[in-house]
Amino acid sequence: MFSVVATAVRFYVLPDADTLSATHPAASEVGMTSTTRTTSGGTAPLPRAILSTHGLTKAFDGFRAVDEVDLAVAEGTVHALVGPNGAGKTTLFNLLTGFLPASAGRIEVAGQDITGLPPEKVARLGVARSFQVTSLFPAVTARAHLELALQAGTDLGRRFWRSDRLLARFTGRARELLDQVGLAERAEAPAGSLPYGQKRALELALALALDPRVLLLDEPTAGMGLEDVDRTVALVDRIRAGRTVVLVEHNMSVVGSLADTVTVLQRGRVLVEGAYRTVRSDPRVVEAYLGAGVA
Amino acid sequence: MILALLDRLGARPAWLRWGLLAAGLVSVLGLPWVLYPPVAADILCWGLFAVAFDLLLGHAGLLSFGHAAFWGTSAYATGLIAIHAGVPFPLAVAGGAVAAAVVAVPIGLLAVRRSGIYFAMVTLAFAQMIYFIANQWGDLTGGENGLQGIPREVPGLDLSDSFVYYYAALPLVLAGLFAAWRIVHSPFGRVVAAIRDNPARARALGYSVDRYKVVVFTVSAFLSGLAGGLYAVNHGFASLQEVYWTTSGKVVVMTVLGGIGTLWGSLLGAAAVVRLEDWLSTSGFDEVGIVTGSLFILVVLLFRRGIWGTVSYLLQRRRAAGAGMRSAESGNGTVRDPAAGDRPEPSLVKEP
Repeated sequence: MFSVVATAVRFYVLPDADTLSATHPAASEVGMTSTTRTTSGGTAPLPRAILSTHGLTKAFDGFRAVDEVDLAVAEGTVHALVGPNGAGKTTLFNLLTGFLPASAGRIEVAGQDITGLPPEKVARLGVARSFQVTSLFPAVTARAHLELALQAGTDLGRRFWRSDRLLARFTGRARELLDQVGLAERAEAPAGSLPYGQKRALELALALALDPRVLLLDEPTAGMGLEDVDRTVALVDRIRAGRTVVLVEHNMSVVGSLADTVTVLQRGRVLVEGAYRTVRSDPRVVEAYLGAGVA
Repeated sequence: MILALLDRLGARPAWLRWGLLAAGLVSVLGLPWVLYPPVAADILCWGLFAVAFDLLLGHAGLLSFGHAAFWGTSAYATGLIAIHAGVPFPLAVAGGAVAAAVVAVPIGLLAVRRSGIYFAMVTLAFAQMIYFIANQWGDLTGGENGLQGIPREVPGLDLSDSFVYYYAALPLVLAGLFAAWRIVHSPFGRVVAAIRDNPARARALGYSVDRYKVVVFTVSAFLSGLAGGLYAVNHGFASLQEVYWTTSGKVVVMTVLGGIGTLWGSLLGAAAVVRLEDWLSTSGFDEVGIVTGSLFILVVLLFRRGIWGTVSYLLQRRRAAGAGMRSAESGNGTVRDPAAGDRPEPSLVKEP
């Protein structure tokens, strides 16, 4: 009997406690500390860091995919992570969102230590992500995707004795979000039947539906045609208002038009950090990544 | 003419859904008139068990190979409550179902840490532990002899006739079936389906995947317990057979035969298997397992969607072909139906 009660308590009571701790009192203080880094970018003193890492390291069998990375993402900015393949960008993303456990170091969101938290708790603390490889529910309609995401912010998901018609309350907001990413016409189409560009747009809408404090976009324009790239850039530019966006991106023109700050990673380490213009002309970056053609 | 009718079936308008429900109710109500009543009652119990199992396998994507633990735990618990407390049988069965759910929580908490075939192995191991306990704790369970003389009582009703017992048990079974349907079509059910299809995405949306799995596992165990308790009362005894691994296997066969993820298909699968076993054993054929085992292999190899799934797939395909022609005419692009017809064939085990 006790175990039933315990599980019921874990499932039905505790999740709210997790989310409550999001507004940790220490949040505003810690955010002010600026981190030391190997940058020569020379940016002005940062505003409050909403997302920061301290000596973050991930080792796979001795190979350090992410190696003592100190990152400080300032609130309200678009922060791009760039670097050659294998530089550790996606690994870093997976660490930040709890999909991989860190080998060493700390991750903080608004000053609260989130190191070691599972992905769902990180998400509930306001860090939403999109996936590099489109990750959707193929048989579910676009609208139902968003209803599912909107429902995540409530405790409806625990109501197994209620009808799913309750979810109709999210339909209006779901349509707004679909409209925002240009999918209004496809609301009733199963995600599996959408063309690639629209799948990516739905990914973005899903992350937006969580109304996150930090939005992590893993290669939002990967595999897109030029037209879709332009549309996505315009979209990210539109939704960035009032948000913090961290972006992994290979397309340097996308980075150039969106990012306030660029961090260049190489072999798991931070090589350079700074404004796009500064970083682009940095000789080390030219050598490591951009190549002579771009510089 | 038949094809036109099938087309309409595929479209599933409201009148058809109510029609199917009515047909289902009529057949359930008429079953003991057609079949030997104890066998009819067995079909009810196994039907509910298979639906509870499909809730876990079809809707949460979790293959348990230890569901006998819950069916059997409840069979014993129901028997003990009925024998020692002398309460009306629905109360005893409810107690048995609660006992099954209590056993399910720790098993679920440990098992959901693994997925795919490993989940099946962990549940099997726990079910074998329950079997071992039932076998060893003879003072309580009667060991090899089983728990004999489970009374079948409700004040004011003479239940000694199995025909009457069938109708006394029916409301409980229908309540269980309704609960399963309700869960599938609830906000919780949506999350569970999402977790089945893409757990990483569900986690990224903020859903605690493991907690949902434990809850659906426990609910499935509760409903399985409801079925197991009714079964024990139907037979007046609970034996080791109820916690043996072949019982876990049998419910897998029923659900797969009926159609994974179709919920009501499991009722058909259960009816088919119980009827077949009854027919085989009354005609003097002892190796029932060979027949059901072969049946299982045939279904897995030839029509994985099962009875219900295959029928609804064929209907959906006809309908999609019709819609395709229509949309080609109007230049409407690809608007496909997300329902069963579009889904890939179900698989028993999703590899982690």
